[in-house]
Amino acid sequence: MTARPLDTARSASAPSSALRGEPLLDVSRLTVEYVTERGAVLACNEVSFTLRRGEILGLAGESGSGKSSLITALTRLQRLPALTTGGEIRYHTRDGHLLDLVTLDERRLRPLRWTELAIVLQSAMAAFNPVMRLKAQFADVIVEHQPGITGDEVAERTGRLLRMVGIAPERAHSYPHELSGGMRQRALIALALACEPELVVMDEPTTAVDVVMQRQIMAQILRLQRRLGFAVVFVTHDLSLLMEIADRIAIMYAGRIVEIGAPQQLYTDPLHPYTRGLRDAFPPLHAPLTKLAGIPGSPPDLRDPPPGCAFHPRCAQRLPECEQVLPRLHQVLPQHGERQVACLLHDSIDPGGEAS
Amino acid sequence: MTTAAPTSDATDEPALLAAVDVSKHFTVRDQLGRKATVRAVEHASVALHRGRVVALVGESGSGKTTLARMLAQFHPVSSGEIRLAGHRAPPAGRGYFRQVQLIFQDPFSSLNTLHKVRHILGRVLRVHGHAHTRAEVEEQVLSLLNRVNLTPAEEFIDKRPREMSGGQLQRVAIARALAVRPTVLLGDEPISMLDVSIRLDVLNLLARLCDEEGLALLYITHDIASARYLCDEVQVMYAGQTVEGGPKEAVIQSPKHPYTRLLIDSSPDPDRTGRGLRDQDDAEDLGEPPNLTAPPDGCRFHPRCPFAMDDCRRAFPDRTTFADGQWAHCWLHQHGRSAELDRTTSKELP
Repeated sequence: MTARPLDTARSASAPSSALRGEPLLDVSRLTVEYVTERGAVLACNEVSFTLRRGEILGLAGESGSGKSSLITALTRLQRLPALTTGGEIRYHTRDGHLLDLVTLDERRLRPLRWTELAIVLQSAMAAFNPVMRLKAQFADVIVEHQPGITGDEVAERTGRLLRMVGIAPERAHSYPHELSGGMRQRALIALALACEPELVVMDEPTTAVDVVMQRQIMAQILRLQRRLGFAVVFVTHDLSLLMEIADRIAIMYAGRIVEIGAPQQLYTDPLHPYTRGLRDAFPPLHAPLTKLAGIPGSPPDLRDPPPGCAFHPRCAQRLPECEQVLPRLHQVLPQHGERQVACLLHDSIDPGGEAS
Repeated sequence: MTTAAPTSDATDEPALLAAVDVSKHFTVRDQLGRKATVRAVEHASVALHRGRVVALVGESGSGKTTLARMLAQFHPVSSGEIRLAGHRAPPAGRGYFRQVQLIFQDPFSSLNTLHKVRHILGRVLRVHGHAHTRAEVEEQVLSLLNRVNLTPAEEFIDKRPREMSGGQLQRVAIARALAVRPTVLLGDEPISMLDVSIRLDVLNLLARLCDEEGLALLYITHDIASARYLCDEVQVMYAGQTVEGGPKEAVIQSPKHPYTRLLIDSSPDPDRTGRGLRDQDDAEDLGEPPNLTAPPDGCRFHPRCPFAMDDCRRAFPDRTTFADGQWAHCWLHQHGRSAELDRTTSKELP
């Protein structure tokens, strides 16, 4: 496959390396609730993090941890009964403006879709329209954001996008069901990149494909990301996969981020007992085998979350105060770099204090 | 974890359950009503011994579930034979299912949501004649729940499926399989629908049942790391063909088939952090498994294989056996080119 950069009209302003590392998204105290007959369920509870331009942020957690609620809030794709009830999502545009994605009205949000934010969903079969050929679906997106573009240009651009993910341009004439699962998923990634977004949110894009295909798709995403410079929020329950691709990983539990840091740090020295448990839940492929134990108990019922730290009923290291005190996500000792954890075991910010 | 007893010990007594050279061809019709044959499994053999775990590893469509269903006699074999304790297996029926039980992937849909655990397990006990009175049922259901670590059992016995988590449901499904007192369990991806933090507990439970109660287990998975954790032996399937097998460490640490190699190199491994994925610079297309209505001739992996030669397109190679019982079906070994597989690093693979 030859992969040339997308030399479209907007390439000049495409994510420039000068801006790389600058904040792209500031999420602060974002709260998402599900309105149910039996009262509100807090799916995301005061979630805060910063995403930089060109960064790959992994978001790991079990089902029910709030990771999907978080990304549908980020991309404003949530539907009732989900509702963002608090917090801000500040988006930095290329020309230095700040937009709050929580309050931005639909009319001003629409031009940002695909050109600034795009999403790749888990099931490509469900994401594509089954009765439209791929080329028509690519044209829909491209024409919407570049009115006046000619049909030839659209076809040419579609071909180039498909080639970029290793699919023959002739495949543009296919219907989604005529492609294999791996190809569909790659076509979906190509579609997400059609308007050169700054941020691509990926919701378990490889869980429906086999490991060999998963690895190819991941390598492809990394290559495109390096070349085009977009930032990625990558959601998965597979921590071992994130270890290989993410710049930083945020671990979610019961609607909150409990730890955030570089993969190597989380792997060699997890601070939160839940992170440690999750790390130890993946048997090694080559390292010597030892008997591993899962995390006892089950994730909490968010309709009736435990008081204090939501993990305390399953935590082997819990302190008496864990049952009452809610630990805040905060910076830990300076030698840990940019690392935050929400655990009373690490509540000392004093550099000399006992923190582990 | 199960202890790694040498293979030779296990082969002294006949396998509790074995598939001998079985094939399965399904006839399907496309939208236009044209008939086609799906060659789902070709000449596969697997032997399950008391107290041992065999993992069947492969991607979707590799035939691993079909093989398990032939072992369970859900599908009759197209050719070959299923053998139970050394004899030709009796036809599918209660007598057979009393020996061989399947555990499915999705515990949310494999249990009757209307009934309490007491009924779900109690019914099996009554149908198979293990319990007759209400008191007997209660006593045995409680003991089953304890065996699968659903404690306090007194609390779980009156729960309905919707009141339980996925991990708890899968334990009930395992308890239901145990209720008939089988000698063989066939687990079809039993942990893949469960949350990461509870998968290990279910694996540990299965390992304990094999170790302490001498059950034979076939563990079907696409996750080679979990296979390594649980099993004694691994068999790798690709597009309906069994390509490699043997003691797990031999197969996983020094694969003798290019497909096994690809599968292992593709699996996420945190110990590889910083290398691997990020360093793959070439846009590579490793291809995809073939359509089984028109599979490639010979070794079905040849269109994706970096070592493919004329023989590979012509015929499926015979089994080559290695020192520690590991075996593979690959022409490289038939042509004395085994060393090439070891020399090639994973990055040079396709």
